Amino acid sequence: MHQSDTIFRTICLAGAMLALLLTAGILIQLCIHSSEAWQHFGISFLWSSEWDPGMDAYGALPHILGTLLTTGLALLLSIPLAFAVALLLTEAPDWLNRPLSQCVDLLAAIPSVIYGMWGLFVLVPLMQNHVQPFLNKTLGLANLPGGSWLLGEDGYSSGFGFLTAGVILALMVLPYMSAVMRDVFRMTPPMLRESAYGLGCTRLEVTRDVVARYGIRGIISGIFIGMGRALGETMAVLFVIGNLMESPAGLFSCGTTIAATLANNFAEATGLQQSALFALGLILLLMSFGMQILTRYYLTRTGARRGENN
Amino acid sequence: MTPRPLFFRKAGNQLLNLFALLSISTALGGMGWILYTVLQHGTPVLSWDFLTSPSKPYGEPGAGVANALLGTLLMTLGATLLAVPPALAGGIYLAEFGKNSKLADTLRFCANVLMGLPSILVGLFVYALLVATTGQFSGFAGTVALAIIMFPVIMRTTEDMLLMVPDTLRESALALGMTRMRATLSIVARSARNGLATGILLSLARVSGETAPLLFTALFADTWPGGFFSEPTASAPVLITEYTTNSPFESMHAMGWGTALVMALFILIINIATRFIFHENKH
Repeated sequence: MHQSDTIFRTICLAGAMLALLLTAGILIQLCIHSSEAWQHFGISFLWSSEWDPGMDAYGALPHILGTLLTTGLALLLSIPLAFAVALLLTEAPDWLNRPLSQCVDLLAAIPSVIYGMWGLFVLVPLMQNHVQPFLNKTLGLANLPGGSWLLGEDGYSSGFGFLTAGVILALMVLPYMSAVMRDVFRMTPPMLRESAYGLGCTRLEVTRDVVARYGIRGIISGIFIGMGRALGETMAVLFVIGNLMESPAGLFSCGTTIAATLANNFAEATGLQQSALFALGLILLLMSFGMQILTRYYLTRTGARRGENN
Repeated sequence: MTPRPLFFRKAGNQLLNLFALLSISTALGGMGWILYTVLQHGTPVLSWDFLTSPSKPYGEPGAGVANALLGTLLMTLGATLLAVPPALAGGIYLAEFGKNSKLADTLRFCANVLMGLPSILVGLFVYALLVATTGQFSGFAGTVALAIIMFPVIMRTTEDMLLMVPDTLRESALALGMTRMRATLSIVARSARNGLATGILLSLARVSGETAPLLFTALFADTWPGGFFSEPTASAPVLITEYTTNSPFESMHAMGWGTALVMALFILIINIATRFIFHENKH
């Protein structure tokens, strides 16, 4: 090998190694800086729900639950929508498909802070004045068992809260999920699809029995991608969640997520509080890692079963 | 299989069609609504003064957002300068040298993890790395945070783009006696240059709207970005956050909308332009 090639290869390797270095660096830094909190509170930090800077007592439970609830709501709302959008984009004729695809891609390009602003000034009043009273009074959901959990004790809502955050997140992750799903649906061999149509299947049946089965891995990885984004999204949630350091009391109650707590408190925090915030960051990091590893595990396992080498 | 009545099959199918139509209108309607709101509230405040004077505390006349726009521009360009060389090198390694080796697989996985990492954690990392050690919030810290977000995206795009170059091109370059380096740089990378440029521009547009990693690295300031390496530096997304969540004043909300409009226009123009360039090249 030519000598310049060896040098070139080394430089390239160094660039690529930066990925490993950064990943390890972030993990190590968060561990080091959160060690004080872990020593102080022990593992019970995970299920303690206090947050009192005056007493220097901190717990992670409300933040973890809030993160899981907003993510769950966002997925619940966006999965069916993303699936249908992806389906429509695959089946639509070319002249319609291309502009629609580009619009959906542009939706992904809007910065999250603009989503947040829109949520704060448009969606919050809408939820407060129309959606919540509609669910509560017109549909009378509050009288059903569990209704008070859904809609709050006294049926009053400020418009802020988990459901509002979930709606915004759903809108944000929708383009990501549908882009992945669309690419997978396109890979369904046309022969398979057309033979199903040829047998007289309706579009619903082709979708359910052929396209969805063939593309199940893509659907699931699309969902994982959306979930990863929803977990760590900060700004859009921060604007509409209400920032209350309490465990979720209902869909319309205010609360917080890990990312929102970090954004709100980190710049002013010192000492043990800062360490506790780093610990929250570590928890979020592990959640995000866990998702990635799970996705990869799922893809390799199903890949092996299908005889693909992935 | 029990036979199903045709009526229900057709009805189910119609329901699916209806639902698909409903979904796409939700997605597009949401986008239209957001853009409409930004336009509606943003256009009245846009003026030459708004774009050229620096931000001031509430009540002082003649306030604008120019320092924040300049700060965003500096940080985004700085991040591009920092992130692009190692990211291109890394992408070349993955596509040309590493291929399916164990090491390349690990690095690829790391890059994926980094891409999926919540951006606020990058802010935490840079805080611990640069702000806690020097004791100063600075525009440079924000730049590094944005660069870390850009890096894995460009690296993976580079790899994908280089893999799309046919192997015959590589082989002919090597057969002509080129070194691996020359073949890669002046043949393979050259034929993929449109894709590379698109990837870089798109990730540039994306990080220009990132807020979370700047909240505790670059912070915010009502001054021009003079002490870029030693002082808090304003940026457009953080200005929006400050003006809308921490201020009860209508006029500040309006300025937030104006900034949002400028940002949205910038990002949409880059997105549409890249699409156009890339598209044109394919034909």
